[in-house]
Amino acid sequence: MPNAMPNTTPAAADASALLRRVPIDYLPLLILPLLALLALPLVGSFPTWVTLTIAGLAMGMMIFIMASGLTLIFGLMDVLNFGHGAFVSIGAFTATLVLLPMKDWVQADSLLLNLLALGLAVLLAMTVTGLLGWAFERIIIRPVYGLHLKQILITMGGMIVAEQMIHVIWGVEQIPLPMPETFRGVLIVGDAAVEKYRLIAVGIGLAVFAIMFLVLNRTKIGLLIRAGVENGEMVEALGYRIRRLFVGVFIAGSALAGLGGVLWGLYKETLTAAIGSETTVLVFIVIIIGGLGSVGGCFIGALLVALVTNYAGFLAPKVALVSNILLMVAILLWRPQGLYSVAKR
Amino acid sequence: MLAKLFSGDFPRSRVLAALLLVILFSLACAPFLTTGARMLNVAATICIFIVLAASYDLLLGYTGIVSFAHTMFYGIGAYGVGLALNSIAANWWAVFAGVIAALLLSLALALVIGLFSLRVKAIFFAMITLAVASAFAVLASQLSDFTGGEDGRSFTVPEILHPDFRLFDAEVFGRVIDGKLITYYLVFCSALVLFLLMLRIVNSPFGRVLQAIRENDFRAEALGYRTAIYRTIGNCLAALIATLAGALMTLWLRYVGPATFLSFEVMTDVLLIVVIGGMGTLYGAVIGATLLILAQNYLHALMGQTSAALSGIPWLSMLFHPDRWLLWLGVLFVLSVYFFPSGIVGRLRRSARPA
Repeated sequence: MPNAMPNTTPAAADASALLRRVPIDYLPLLILPLLALLALPLVGSFPTWVTLTIAGLAMGMMIFIMASGLTLIFGLMDVLNFGHGAFVSIGAFTATLVLLPMKDWVQADSLLLNLLALGLAVLLAMTVTGLLGWAFERIIIRPVYGLHLKQILITMGGMIVAEQMIHVIWGVEQIPLPMPETFRGVLIVGDAAVEKYRLIAVGIGLAVFAIMFLVLNRTKIGLLIRAGVENGEMVEALGYRIRRLFVGVFIAGSALAGLGGVLWGLYKETLTAAIGSETTVLVFIVIIIGGLGSVGGCFIGALLVALVTNYAGFLAPKVALVSNILLMVAILLWRPQGLYSVAKR
Repeated sequence: MLAKLFSGDFPRSRVLAALLLVILFSLACAPFLTTGARMLNVAATICIFIVLAASYDLLLGYTGIVSFAHTMFYGIGAYGVGLALNSIAANWWAVFAGVIAALLLSLALALVIGLFSLRVKAIFFAMITLAVASAFAVLASQLSDFTGGEDGRSFTVPEILHPDFRLFDAEVFGRVIDGKLITYYLVFCSALVLFLLMLRIVNSPFGRVLQAIRENDFRAEALGYRTAIYRTIGNCLAALIATLAGALMTLWLRYVGPATFLSFEVMTDVLLIVVIGGMGTLYGAVIGATLLILAQNYLHALMGQTSAALSGIPWLSMLFHPDRWLLWLGVLFVLSVYFFPSGIVGRLRRSARPA
C-alpha cells in the first residue's frame, strides 16, 4: 500500500522515513498467470484456451463485484452478512422492471440504446439495493453488532424473508431477463470465439475494481476505511465517526451486490429467487480465499475461482463440481488466513 | 430413576413439562390415535426432526458454533442406508453396513472440517461448512450413476419393515400391526434413545465444558481446556447423531434423494426449529420440531383460507398465499432472535421462575 499521507512537516517526514516500507506481497499475484499458463498445454488448443480464459475472467469479474462489498463490510465492522445474496437477487429482479418494459430499446440494433437501457437498469437496481442496504443495516444489523452468532442467524433470517418477498412481488415463476441485442453473439478473434457479453462484463468489472482501488488508496474516505479495517478504535479515537463510515460502506456494498446481480442475471438470462443464495456460496469461497476483509485478495480470489471452474469444467467435468472446494483447501493449506490477511481475527 | 433418565435436566416449568408430556404421549400412541397415513407420516417426521434439531443444538446452542453442514451429515446417513439397501440386498446386514459406512464417512468429514476451521472464529466455520455442504449436495445430484441424481433412489426395506408385512393376523386396539407401524416404533424408540443420550451428553462434564466455551472460549482455554479439541469432538458427535437421524428417515420414507435430504431448505428448517424452540436446551428442539412440522403440514390449509378470504386485495392475498408460509416463519425467526433469544422454552422457564 502506498503512503497516502502528504509529508507536510519535517518531523512527519522523519517519522515516515523511520517507518519501514512494507514490502508488497507479489506471490498471490503470480498465481493467476501461472494457472493460465499451466492450463494452456492441458487444454491443448490455443483458441479454446482463449475462449475459456475470457469466460473465466468474465465470471470472475461478476463474482468480484458481488463479493467486494461483503469483504469490505466484514473487514470494516466485523459483520458478516449472510443475507448478502438477497441483494444480488433483488438487484437482478429490479433490472427486469426496466429491461422488460423497455423492449424497444433492448431489442433495437443500436449499441447506444442498448447501453442506455442497461445503464438505466443498473442505476435503478443499484439505487434500490443501496436503499435496502441502508434499511437492512438500520433494522437488522445494528442491534447485533459484535455478536457473531446472532449476526449469522439474523442475516440468514433476513435472507429467507427477502427471498420469500421476491416470490410475493414477482411471483414464483422464472422470469426471463432479455439480453440487449448488440451484446448477443460472439466476436471471432483469430480462431477464438469470444462472447461479446463476457467482454462487457470484464470491462465493467475492471472499471469497478479500478474505481474501488482509487477510492481506497487515493481519497481521504478510502484512507479512513483502510484505517478502520486495520484498527477501528484508533480511528474513532481520532474523532471520526466510524459508524457513519460503515453505513456508507454497507450501502455501497449492497449497491455493488445489486450491480453484480444485474450482470449475473443477464449472464444466466433467466431469474429465480434463489439466484442470490446460489451465488452466496461462490462469494464466500472467494472471500475466504482472498482473506476476509481484503479487496485485492477478493479480486484475485474471484478470478482464481472462476478460471479454475472454467478450466476444470472443460478438462474434467466431474472434478469441476468440487473444484472450488479443492482450490479453497489448497489455498488455506498454503495460507491459513487467505491470500492476503488483513486483520488479526 | 427419573433423574438418571433425564440426566438431572428436568423441564423446570410446569407448562413446559405438560407440553412435553403431551408431545411424548401423542408420538408414542400416534398409530393408535389416528388412522390416516399422513398423520403417521407427520408423527415420524417430528420424531426424526427432534433428533436432528437437538443434535444441531449441541453445536449452536451448547457450543456456540454455527454449522451449515448439518444436512450434509443427515444426507450421508440417508444415502448410506439407501444405497446399501438398493445395491446389496433388502436385509438387515445391508442396513447395518450402510449405517456403519455412513457413520465413518461422517466422522471423517466432521473431523477434517473441524480440525481445519474450528481453530478460528465461528464465522469462518460457518462459511466453510456452507461451502462444503453445497459442494456435497451438487456431487450427490450430479453423480447420478451412483446416487440416482435428482430423482434419488427408492428401494425395498427388510421384510419386517415392509408395509405388507403382518406381525399378527388379528388387530390390536383396532389397528393392524403391519410393517409401517413397526417402522414407526423403530423410529420412535431410536429417537427417544438418541434424545436421552444427548441429554446425557450435555449434562456430563464434557457438556459443561462445551457450555463454558460458548460463554467465554478464552476463559475456558485459560482454565486448561483445549477448546479446539472440545469443539471438534462436539462437532463430530453432532454429525454422528445427524447421520443416524438421516438413516432413520430414509428407512421411514423408503426413498433417498437430494431434495429431501440435502437441500438447503432442510437446513433452514433445522435452524428455525432450534431458534424458535430455544437454543441451549434440548427441550427447545422438541417444542420447535413439533411446531414447525405441524405448521408445515397444516399452516398451509389455514393460510389457504386466509388467502381466499383476502382474494380481493392483490398484495395481501399474495402475502398469505399458502406457499408463503416460510415468509412468516422467517419473520418469526428474526423476531425471536431479537426478542426471545432463548426461544419458547426459555420464555416458559423464565415465567415459571418468578423474579
